[in-house]
Amino acid sequence: MTDENDSTPGPDETPGGEGSASDAQGQAEQVDAMLAESATAVRLFDVRRIIGGLFVIYGLVVGIIGLTNGPAEIHKAEGVNINLWTGIGMLVLGLLFLLWLVLSPAKAPDRATIEAENQ
Amino acid sequence: MPTLASGLRLQVNGVDYGILVLYFLTVLGIGFWARRSIKTSLDFLLSGRAMPAWVTGLAFVSANLGATEIFGMAANGAQYGVMTVHYYWIGAVPAMVFLGIVMMPFYYRSKVRSVPEFLRLRFNRSTQFLNAITFAIAQVLIAGINLYALSLVMDALLGWPLWLSIVVAAAFVLVYITLGGLSSAIYNEVLQFFVILAGLIPVTVLGLVKVGGFSGLVEKVRDHSPLGEPGLHAWKFTGFGTSNPMATNWLGIILGLGFILSFGYWTTNFAEVQRGLSARNTSAARRTPIIAAYPKLLIPVLTVIPGLVALVTVHGLGAKSGDLQYNNAIPLLMNDFLPNGVLGVALTGLLASFMAGMAANVSGFNTVFTYDIWQEFIKKNLPDRYYLNVGRIVTVVGVILGIGTAFIAAGYSNIMNYMQSLFSFFNAPLFATFIIGLYWKRMTAWAGFWGLLCGTIAPIVSYLLYKVGVIDFGTELNASFYNAGLAFVVDGIVTVVVTLATTPKPREELRGLVWGLPARGSGDALVGDDVWYRSPALLGSVAVILALAFYIPVF
Repeated sequence: MTDENDSTPGPDETPGGEGSASDAQGQAEQVDAMLAESATAVRLFDVRRIIGGLFVIYGLVVGIIGLTNGPAEIHKAEGVNINLWTGIGMLVLGLLFLLWLVLSPAKAPDRATIEAENQ
Repeated sequence: MPTLASGLRLQVNGVDYGILVLYFLTVLGIGFWARRSIKTSLDFLLSGRAMPAWVTGLAFVSANLGATEIFGMAANGAQYGVMTVHYYWIGAVPAMVFLGIVMMPFYYRSKVRSVPEFLRLRFNRSTQFLNAITFAIAQVLIAGINLYALSLVMDALLGWPLWLSIVVAAAFVLVYITLGGLSSAIYNEVLQFFVILAGLIPVTVLGLVKVGGFSGLVEKVRDHSPLGEPGLHAWKFTGFGTSNPMATNWLGIILGLGFILSFGYWTTNFAEVQRGLSARNTSAARRTPIIAAYPKLLIPVLTVIPGLVALVTVHGLGAKSGDLQYNNAIPLLMNDFLPNGVLGVALTGLLASFMAGMAANVSGFNTVFTYDIWQEFIKKNLPDRYYLNVGRIVTVVGVILGIGTAFIAAGYSNIMNYMQSLFSFFNAPLFATFIIGLYWKRMTAWAGFWGLLCGTIAPIVSYLLYKVGVIDFGTELNASFYNAGLAFVVDGIVTVVVTLATTPKPREELRGLVWGLPARGSGDALVGDDVWYRSPALLGSVAVILALAFYIPVF
């Protein structure tokens, strides 16, 4: 996004934009400069791994509790082994997230692609 | 101090606490992890505009899915019945789709970092300042009110003293937002979305099992509840002169809730719009609120049904005080149905959504304060690293002010309720200013300022007159409909009058900020953005059609 634009100010020289005609322009240039420096895009971590991991653990813990639950717990939950079913549901959701992660791993999101498109 | 008696106290055990602790360790882990990717203030305050659409979309819906919202909607379900779906279908989905299709391109392509900043570009610095100040104050106070609500629930459910919950929850929010900024907030919102579902789905399913499925629920509401038949219909009893649980009519629902309140909230509230601004390109930003519309369509299943189940199974629900208030419908059912294990998950979901609500307020506050107040009016033209530090310090200050507000709320809870109602009027005039400014190129800079100012003051005056008994709107709900309408109309009139008396901005300055004057420059499409299932127009249309279709079985 900073391509071929040597006049883009660095993040250290914030343009003024004092309600002048260049206000909107200066605004955009300032943000572009920060985007160029921005590291988030490069190291963006994948929240799918976190959701997948946490739900697999939760699913196993809650599911195993369900397997050990006696009549008291099942009676409380209107005759449903709710721990077992919720555990299975959470485990499946967790595994789906991990599967998605494996099938379509994160590309370092693509400033490069964006620029290629723009040219 | 109003405390809820032990009837709500959950029988939690070590496993439940284990589930809770694991969640909070994960939250902190996300904070530390997200910290590594922060180099500029834009990374900290807007996630470096790099998030994929499904993440920002779920964060968008989650930022609105705080525990106060969930409890409140279940309470509405018990009190108003099926009519509560209006808050979701007509009262949210069309506005979310409108934000995605019409307004988001203006926000995102102009590269503004906040809603007030857009107001500066379209109007002037005074308008920016007015909106920034009202927004910042409202966010801090709402964060405090959320914190207080959390502490009340923790007291009722677990017996924790109020101050302990306030300090612990605030400390967690403080740590993960100060570390990871908006990225922390967004990742945690996505995680929280799934955890709260994992807690609410079992409650809903077991509730339905208990009352004999949908047909059992319908029969019990019709024959054995104070709501009766009107509690089962969304529109049927909303004609003029017909009585319905909400004590309003179809015009109030469509104009007040569906248009002014809803469009005001969803399209101009920065705590929501910010999620879209953190998306990685225009297409992802536009899809953010539209992707969020789909879960929004279905969430009433998990709030209205438990509310109705509580109404027909919990004897005495609807008390003015104590355990049996409508607001406690969901915790009461959790206590009734959930064994240890799932109980821990549900409790974790509730706590997580309380904290996510507060985190959304804090992360909106720090962005607006840093960019729109500090950088614009106090210390201009310093290196970005300076503003990154300001952002971090402002986060700490915001959380501390939130804690202070929570303690004030604990002492004067009525005043806090009134303030919350007042804040709901801040968005209606803002929407009027936005929509006129987008479509009317002639609208002048000072029309922006005066319209917004008068549109903000008018409903506050009218609300205060209602509170002291000079004006009678009937119910609190009608008061909010009429006041929002008043704000909108006053804003519009003042805008037109001032515009005609002042000079418009040159067209060249309005490029990219008004309809029909596109910004110069290249697009930012990513490979694959043009496939049909990523089309904002198509996704949005389907969401609106579904919202209409969902009304058919509950007409």
